[in-house]
Amino acid sequence: MSADKKLWGLLAQYENPATLTHGCERVKAAGYEKWDACTPFPVHGLDKVMGIPPTKLPWAVLIVGLTGSTFMLFFQSWAMGWAYPMIVGGKPLFSMPAFVPVWYEVTVLSSCVTAFLANWIMNGLPQPYHPVFASKAFERVTDDKFFIMIEAEDPRFNLEATKKLLSESGATLVEELEP
Amino acid sequence: MSHAIEKPTDITIPASSLWAKLPVIGGAMAVIGLGATLASATGENKARAMFSYLWAFESVLALALGALGWVLINHAVKASWHVVLRRIAETVAVTLPVFAFLFIPIATLGFHELYPWTHADHIDEILARKTWFLTSGGFFARAALYFGIWCVLAWVLYSTSTKMDAETNPTVREGMVKRLVVVSTPGIALYALSQSFQAIDWMMSLQPHWYSTIFGVYYFAASILAFNAFLALLAMGLQKAGVLTKAITTEHFHDLGKYVYGYGVFWAYIAFSQFILIWYANIPEETEFYMVRVEGGWEYISYALPVLHFFVPFFYLVSRHVKRHRTGLAIACVWMLVMHLVDMYWLIMPNFGMHGGGHHEPHLALSYLDVTALLGMVGALFAVFGFFLNKNKAVAINDPRLGESLAHENF
Repeated sequence: MSADKKLWGLLAQYENPATLTHGCERVKAAGYEKWDACTPFPVHGLDKVMGIPPTKLPWAVLIVGLTGSTFMLFFQSWAMGWAYPMIVGGKPLFSMPAFVPVWYEVTVLSSCVTAFLANWIMNGLPQPYHPVFASKAFERVTDDKFFIMIEAEDPRFNLEATKKLLSESGATLVEELEP
Repeated sequence: MSHAIEKPTDITIPASSLWAKLPVIGGAMAVIGLGATLASATGENKARAMFSYLWAFESVLALALGALGWVLINHAVKASWHVVLRRIAETVAVTLPVFAFLFIPIATLGFHELYPWTHADHIDEILARKTWFLTSGGFFARAALYFGIWCVLAWVLYSTSTKMDAETNPTVREGMVKRLVVVSTPGIALYALSQSFQAIDWMMSLQPHWYSTIFGVYYFAASILAFNAFLALLAMGLQKAGVLTKAITTEHFHDLGKYVYGYGVFWAYIAFSQFILIWYANIPEETEFYMVRVEGGWEYISYALPVLHFFVPFFYLVSRHVKRHRTGLAIACVWMLVMHLVDMYWLIMPNFGMHGGGHHEPHLALSYLDVTALLGMVGALFAVFGFFLNKNKAVAINDPRLGESLAHENF
């Protein structure tokens, strides 16, 4: 690598979930913070090994879901009972049973939309470009290879030492990535 | 997984535990409870005793039917997570034949007290159009058919699974698993129809003018919900006695918690669907069901059910931490079982005292007969459950999917 080229980080390829998990243990133990793992399918227990904190997504869903739910209940009461009072089927203006289906559906809808959008926002999506996309080896992440990437910005990053750590932890291939 | 799995070894019920004495304890409870109830059913409290009996019967039958449905569904979808729990469920399901015997007093002793359509002088214009279905002969024949379906299904599932415990040839075991899938898939259809019609025959026809096309699903929701709560409690109890302590993990309890939570929502969805159609259409034949339940003390249960059977457990169980916490889940399961009893009470009991079609104001009044009937019915379930539990290993030890189930993890 020529000196004028910038370095984004390192990409290490592993052959199976067991070696990847071992690699993650080593990287975590070495104290790295800006790093990630990519796998073709969910690997059980990997989040624990990587020390990823529990997701905050349920809180976002709960709060927005309850807000949507409360809003719809009041909105229907206001619309049907006060703003546009209309007698439907001889029922009273404020007919709670008639509000329940919409109340329920809006609760579900606001929860689902929040889960979807919050998932994208929390994961930094959409991401049209990422340095690993330049790697030919990384194409097999959707097939049968497992990867760890460590960013050069990490305070503990040292090109030679990090390379050594990755290959010693069982990586079959270690690549340098440009931004 | 290529490496050999470590099979659990704590798979027999210790002779000193309460579980080993279950056949005797359950048997004694059944004799005392059912004896006291049926003895009252010969005196002046005959109708009340039979209504208590029917309530206890349907409440406890729901557990056994829920178990059958649970096993059928898991086989049909080739689930693997459930294997460590399945023997317990199979053992609950195989109690179904005893319910055929427990049904006899309903069809003989209390038949006229329970079902108004059996009286010729109660047949009015509306009921006259239903007499093609509501005949004594048809009622008995259908009951025999339901029990036939349940007993055959439960027995095939149970005996194939227990035979697998002793089977050493892996190819034969794979064949048995395939056979269970082949039995279970059409089995679900037979199960769904028979348990729906049982609810129509034995519970809906208590109020024969009334009809609700969703009633069978309502009973299914109540039954599978109650069973999942029951299963979690049984698993916890067995672990207390030192059985399957390592095999059943927090992951399995988490899944049972999700089932209790999900079927709780399902129950509310079905219960409300039934209510809103009747409320909206406002046809006297249909509203009669709710009319008798908003008076005479029943209104308290009617208003409490949505809150205590749905909203409270919904918010209580919404967190994954509660579902994964053993005591937290146990509280939810006990709560759901109590609510199941209340729900069944609310479905059956208001019909007591309504005989003659007139509005007798069926008051909400508990009776000691409720206690004896429930005690006896639960005792009968536990006696048979305990008998089969002690006969076999507590887990399907040779099921090819056992390893997957042991290693099961949620995200």
